[in-house]
Amino acid sequence: MYIGRVSGTVVATIKNELYQGRKLLVVDRLNLQGKPTGRYDIAVDMVQAGTGELVLVLDEGNSARQIVGREPNGAIRAVIVGIIDQVDIPGATFETYRARRTPAASGAADD
Amino acid sequence: MQFGRVIGTLVATRKADGLEGVKFLIVQLLDKHRHPVGDPVVAADGTAQAGPGELVFVIASREAALALPEAFVPVDHAIVGIVDEVDVG
Repeated sequence: MYIGRVSGTVVATIKNELYQGRKLLVVDRLNLQGKPTGRYDIAVDMVQAGTGELVLVLDEGNSARQIVGREPNGAIRAVIVGIIDQVDIPGATFETYRARRTPAASGAADD
Repeated sequence: MQFGRVIGTLVATRKADGLEGVKFLIVQLLDKHRHPVGDPVVAADGTAQAGPGELVFVIASREAALALPEAFVPVDHAIVGIVDEVDVG
């Protein structure tokens, strides 16, 4: 699994039937300093994540198929399996979505 | 899965068993801003509806074969969706 940041959404009408009714999100892979690595995945969302959120991404097919209940077959690999509340690694800053939104953290008082 | 742009087609009469009827397309993989990254790949079309010029998303590795009618075939990239709209910040 890796720590990622949701950076966008993908809409597709024609797609594998496994993704029907499921949300596809673009997730940037972060390094252990909390910075984007430049790599990304289009992942299937299982936890109602949204743009800007810090998430836990599973990138392994067998586990992904277990989660969607489609063993042994199903063309699925990257799945968002959690929304991260806190990461504690000395020297790293993983800003959660909530922290970004609070006026104290952002310096904005208008929302 | 990653974004890809279909840049061509490929026809092979002789191919591994189980791949009969599977369409192959040449796909240039893209970064999240849809700029090309790396060399193009040959991908099997799991949607059976993709064509040149289209923005698609591609699944790689073992899972690629699972997108096809016959799941135990030698395929490492498959198109699993045709993109209508992307919203990436």
